[in-house]
Amino acid sequence: MQELLPNVKWNKVWEATVETIYMTSISVVATFVLGIILGLLLFLTSKGNIYENKIIHAIVAATVNIFRSIPFIILIILLIPFTKVIVGSMIGENAALPALIIGAAPFYARMVEIALREIDKGVIEAAKAMGAKTSTIIWKVLLPESMPALVSGITVTAIALVGYTAMAGFVGAGGLGNLAFLEGYQRFQYDYTFITTIFILIIVFLIQFAGDYVTSKIDKR
Amino acid sequence: MIKLKQVTKTYETNDSLVKAVQKVDLSIAAGEIFGIIGYSGAGKSTLIRLLNGLETPTHGTITVAERNMNEISGRELRKARQEIGMIFQHFNLLWSRTVQENISFPLEIAGLSKKERLNIVNELIKLVGLEGREKSYPSQLSGGQKQRVGIARALANKPKVLLCDEATSALDPQTTDSILDLLVDINQKLGLTIVLITHEMHVIRKICHRVAVMEDGKIVEQGKVFDVFQNPQQSMTKKFVNQVIEAESSSEMIGNLLNQYPKGKIIRLTFIGDTAEMPLITNVIRKFDVSFNILQGKVSQTHGGAVGTMFVHVDGETEQVEQSIKYIRQQKVKVEVLTDARITS
Repeated sequence: MQELLPNVKWNKVWEATVETIYMTSISVVATFVLGIILGLLLFLTSKGNIYENKIIHAIVAATVNIFRSIPFIILIILLIPFTKVIVGSMIGENAALPALIIGAAPFYARMVEIALREIDKGVIEAAKAMGAKTSTIIWKVLLPESMPALVSGITVTAIALVGYTAMAGFVGAGGLGNLAFLEGYQRFQYDYTFITTIFILIIVFLIQFAGDYVTSKIDKR
Repeated sequence: MIKLKQVTKTYETNDSLVKAVQKVDLSIAAGEIFGIIGYSGAGKSTLIRLLNGLETPTHGTITVAERNMNEISGRELRKARQEIGMIFQHFNLLWSRTVQENISFPLEIAGLSKKERLNIVNELIKLVGLEGREKSYPSQLSGGQKQRVGIARALANKPKVLLCDEATSALDPQTTDSILDLLVDINQKLGLTIVLITHEMHVIRKICHRVAVMEDGKIVEQGKVFDVFQNPQQSMTKKFVNQVIEAESSSEMIGNLLNQYPKGKIIRLTFIGDTAEMPLITNVIRKFDVSFNILQGKVSQTHGGAVGTMFVHVDGETEQVEQSIKYIRQQKVKVEVLTDARITS
């Protein structure tokens, strides 16, 4: 091992892995919540739906489209003033979080909207015919009925987020991307680049495996 | 129980007005099974959705169980809907919930405790005959079983009215019959008023007390099912009635029969009510010197009596044949003599 990877210091790799997992988990949870809220807003205000409202729909849709279109590496730089206010610093794992969430939530919101549109209109009609309130329809029909799609959507988003954390690492956010940049790229230690790649792949595979498992467990169709 | 006065519903599409329901007057008594029949696009889906406020009328008043459905909204409308059950062509069950949880859903909406819900759900599962399937998911059930879950779910809050939106149209004939039997059963057991829409006259014939025929958003004819079968007025109604009582009678088939039997006469008899059950043919053969050969026929039971048609070949002396036809006419059976591919009376 020492011969194959002469420069690697395992405690550094381990520390970076923990940082990556930390950034990914926090941003996945926040993206899940924010994305579902935005997705619901998009769905419910769309034509023919419970809260049909052209203006709100147009505003939300435009915001989502704009943030989805900005390349992530530019979004981080663009959000520097905002991040400084919120986190108080531009360096470290926490500094990456606002950009990660703002970058991923609109992407996930679109997936949520698609998932909700896939729900059979008849089921929503049946709930209305039973006298359900809108909040009941959201909590007991829309979310449970679209859950497999919501989970597979967050799986895809989480994997994208792992990639985003690596990019954030290049501008000082810590994690495996940061390690690959500082040790691998800037100091020409190719074994660092290699080992960080392996660790990122492991994280991605684990996320995919967990996502697939949960989706198949809850999908009763 | 249900009263509609001059109810009109128009939709605005991009450049035109669609009149889905036009000036409909309807009155349905408590405990009645009322059928609304029409082809797709006749407005029957809109009409049934007006009854529980899923659609709001453009004009007119709708009263269901003493509530003005066209005036109420919000909490009051939701309360009213809990007292109106509805079942659907495609069942509309929540696939993420088991049979038990699906039936429990309206009770959750009504705010019952878990224990109360379980009691009612178990009772309903017995009522619709789904014992042993409590923990199954909809995807594991057949169409008929899914509709039973739909019915149980619709009955959970002890509604006064049950709306059936093409409830049997996605089912095979045998399953359709078992679901219709179940509907009759709950109509009698619970005294529930049932309004159903369908495009199958078979459904009307089998369980409805009264029927309304819809065409282009209007009710063109309504009355007791038996009366409508006996004496349909509108051409639309005749088409529907023929779905059920008419033996196959294409001009091609009649032409074949005439070629096959050059001698004697081929007549079509239409039986209605009591006449359908009387030993007419036996009487004719005893009284007259003719041979009577039944070629094909169909008799159906409706709520109120039987109706049917029969094609018969009569042979013998011309005089005797004429006499026998005259006799049959006296028995209040409609007789039509077939001469060529057309029918003459």
